[in-house]
Amino acid sequence: MNYVFEFSAVFEAWDELLAGLIRTVWLSAAAMAIGLVVAVLGALAKTGGPKPLRWVIDAYIELIRNTPFLIQLFVIFFGLPAIGLRLEADQASLLALVVNVGAYGIEIIRAGIESIHHGQIEAGRALGMRPLQIFRLIVLKPALQAIYPSLTSQFILLMLNSSVCSAIAASELTGAANDIQARTFRSFEVYFVVTALYLALSVMFWGIFAWIERAFLRQPEPR
Amino acid sequence: MRTLGSADILFILAALRWTLLLSAAAFAGGAVGGLLVALMRSGQIAALRWIAFGYIKLFQGTPLLMQLFLAFFVPGIFGFNVDPWGAAALGLSLHASAFLGEIWRGAIETVPKGQWEASAALGLKYWRQMRLIVLPQALRVAIPPTVGFLVQLIKATSLASIIGFVEITRAAQVINNATFQPFTIFGLVGLAYFVICWPLSLYSKRMEQRLATARR
Repeated sequence: MNYVFEFSAVFEAWDELLAGLIRTVWLSAAAMAIGLVVAVLGALAKTGGPKPLRWVIDAYIELIRNTPFLIQLFVIFFGLPAIGLRLEADQASLLALVVNVGAYGIEIIRAGIESIHHGQIEAGRALGMRPLQIFRLIVLKPALQAIYPSLTSQFILLMLNSSVCSAIAASELTGAANDIQARTFRSFEVYFVVTALYLALSVMFWGIFAWIERAFLRQPEPR
Repeated sequence: MRTLGSADILFILAALRWTLLLSAAAFAGGAVGGLLVALMRSGQIAALRWIAFGYIKLFQGTPLLMQLFLAFFVPGIFGFNVDPWGAAALGLSLHASAFLGEIWRGAIETVPKGQWEASAALGLKYWRQMRLIVLPQALRVAIPPTVGFLVQLIKATSLASIIGFVEITRAAQVINNATFQPFTIFGLVGLAYFVICWPLSLYSKRMEQRLATARR
């Protein structure tokens, strides 16, 4: 092995890496937030909506879950301009991530809604609670407890998946890595450091999510 | 720019064989590695358990695209030059080893402890316990999530296009650059993935429901 490691070229570009890191977190958080709205609306429509709407939502879910994210990104970025909707790389990335995570989110939220026993809602109604009170006091916490693990791992998957957006030159961490690599030719060093940065992000979010679960969502001890 | 002809469509669809071949290679490599990871992770030796745990977290905590880039560049450091096919097959195999390892560890742990104790009482040692008693029972539980992961893996092969391996996504990009019919071309490729993945997803879901009913 007579390869000479040259990490200094990468560390010199630390400001670009930091900016990319922040863009990745921002892109993922925005996509997750909007994706959750899509998921909640989709889950409500799927559990209570009219039949044709349910079919449309089923088709959306199956279509997204059974095709690669990269193809979804290409259809949105290269395909939509053909019907007159031209998006910047960052906008197309956000839209593709929202469309993608929405499909996975619907199933997660639906499972959460269905995890609440119907008798609990009826009991709330028998106590004279209004629908909003029933939702806030009876349904919300156990539903959150049920979906929390899937939802948080979905966020990490989304964040890691956002690296694919570099394929259309979106400005996030992998895109920053590609820029530095093209300038310095230190391919291994750049991608090694960036992989470590992604791992640090994952570990950080694993930690934050576990802390939130312990602090706010733990079942009260049975007395 | 030229128009999109039937020869172009055939060129794209023919590249589907590379998608399938890469999926098969990655699944085969991942099955061998995954079994090793699952045995280490569920075994008695603490050091091996921790190594397997670290391996799984490493692959769950980094983007697949970075894993593929490193699979492309790391062998070069040791003087081995790999082509895009070798890098994609290597990277996806290592990736699949981690995920299949975690799925199969879960399956092994669903086998009740009494089964281990009973087979130990019959004088079986670890390997025969595993092969004759535990793995056959774990297999039933493992099939639905394994098929589910296979769908993920087939979709994941599309990322090999980014490191320059000409499978169906890369072939579509090449044709799109010449004809510029992105909606038709990427729609068609999406449909091709869907036709392969959807039946597998349905099968996985049905097997899972059958298992859930059997457990009730």
